[in-house]
Amino acid sequence: MILVIAEQRDGVLNRASWEAVAAAQSLSGGMPITIAVPGASTAALAQQLAKADVAEVLAVEHASLGVYTPDGFTMAVQALIASAAPAFVVLAHTYQARDFAPMLAARMRATLVTDVIAIAGTGTGATFSRPMFQGKLVATVRPGSSSPCIVTFQIGSFRADAVRMGGSAKVTPVKASIDEAAIRQKPEPPFQEAKQAVDLGQAERIVAVGRGIKSQDHLPLVQKLAGAMGAEVAASRPICDNGWLPMERQVGSSGQTVAPKLYVALGISGAIQHLVGMKGSRTIVAINKDRDAPIFEVADYGIVGDLFEIVPALITELEKK
Amino acid sequence: MPPWFVVSERRHDMKIAVCIKQVPTREWQPRLNDAKTWIREQDTAFEMNEPDAYALEEALRLREKHSGEVVVCSAGPARVQQVLREALARGADRALHVEDTTLAAADAAVTADALAAAMADEKFDLVLTGLQSDDQGHAQTGVILAERLGIPHSTIVMDVQIESGALRIKRELEGGWFQWIAMPLPALLTIQSGINQLRYATLKGIMAAKKKEIKKVAMPPGLKPAQEIVALALPTRSKQTRLIEGGPAQAAQELVTRLREEARAL
Repeated sequence: MILVIAEQRDGVLNRASWEAVAAAQSLSGGMPITIAVPGASTAALAQQLAKADVAEVLAVEHASLGVYTPDGFTMAVQALIASAAPAFVVLAHTYQARDFAPMLAARMRATLVTDVIAIAGTGTGATFSRPMFQGKLVATVRPGSSSPCIVTFQIGSFRADAVRMGGSAKVTPVKASIDEAAIRQKPEPPFQEAKQAVDLGQAERIVAVGRGIKSQDHLPLVQKLAGAMGAEVAASRPICDNGWLPMERQVGSSGQTVAPKLYVALGISGAIQHLVGMKGSRTIVAINKDRDAPIFEVADYGIVGDLFEIVPALITELEKK
Repeated sequence: MPPWFVVSERRHDMKIAVCIKQVPTREWQPRLNDAKTWIREQDTAFEMNEPDAYALEEALRLREKHSGEVVVCSAGPARVQQVLREALARGADRALHVEDTTLAAADAAVTADALAAAMADEKFDLVLTGLQSDDQGHAQTGVILAERLGIPHSTIVMDVQIESGALRIKRELEGGWFQWIAMPLPALLTIQSGINQLRYATLKGIMAAKKKEIKKVAMPPGLKPAQEIVALALPTRSKQTRLIEGGPAQAAQELVTRLREEARAL
């Protein structure tokens, strides 16, 4: 069987968990699927998930699962695996899965294949595609024989709306098996660093800048292009890390997710952490000196060349009547 | 709690390990070996994995604040001495090198087991790694290593505070959220790029590094990979990209026209 671990926070399911269910359905090849949703109180979420075409949904509850810790979640999921003996354990490749899935795999001497974007075959014969070398290459990976095989799927590689619904899964409450004294991490409540003054999610057009801009001194050029296009300025992570633009302008897995009408990527190579934040944009333009940059894989229009020559030419062109 | 914890608390300084991987440079153009299962290493220029460079910088800052020792550790073929030497030039005190040619393409399970074997007896107070490598990118090695060393961990860390033996870290969550987490030492943290501003090696540092120790450690026998790369390939394009050719003015004109008339995005 396949065990899907769904993720929730404060009683709201992470949308990527539906993607994980879709991935599990694609992998199953007739194997039954069970979804487990760990938390302090998850019966209502389990009812939501039971609308999917799966065999069973487990509401895995324990007071100490109300706040995520890697130790607590590892113990809870390890106990589920021990009783259900799944061939596969499927999760979305979220920050939470990145935090505890390797611990689970290490503790159980299981296989963990992360950041998977496609499945070839079904069942135990399946192989998995995952990006390597910053997305410059894609590897086909065959998991080893140690059981279970834990697989995390890159966000956006399976579609939440592709989940086969209409099942009549039974919902089973499960008291999680956790030794609270063995939880070493003591988390405080999550917080946001600053109130987001810019909502890039609402922008019609975005001009985003990456490492290719080379220096903060060149940002006015980008701002001028954005002005000429009626666009907001955004950036990839390294630009915000350097403090050249505020963090609230960051697009990507650690920043905002955007889907504007037009997204212009200037000197952005297209690391996956950036792509997940913008690949849903309607029209994507990439300007980059590296012809092999992964950004061109998602671009509708591309110019291979020096942005310091192309951007001024674009501004001139846009300002023509 | 591991037995050495009490001993380490008695000391006033910290013994910090930083795990470093050597990966192809950002400018590297992918070339595959004949079997198309790994890259052509002879054509490849290598550098320090960027998140690991931030982990090293964080360790050096913690040593400046609390005093102690920074030991850089790498599991890889002979070539990884270059990044170990560079880390020593930036200020690390000594290095451990688990050397084996098979480690060049090893998966996270093997890399973590190899590091664990070399590091277990050192009884570090704190182990830092980058959050993932820019080559295979499993984002697993640090967490598996923590489990092998029997110490707690946290990942994607953006701030590290240590006060009177207590560790408190800021973990990055998705979408601009953060969280402070306390945990006992010893512990392992995977460090996010951008946690600090990197320093570069000075000439004095480079000279000093030549005298610092790089201790070679044999790879423990019998390590089994958890997964196998059966094929490596260039990604297939999910979209048909229209590449616009010509000089800057000509390309700009064509792009603006297409954005206005074809894509209706302007």
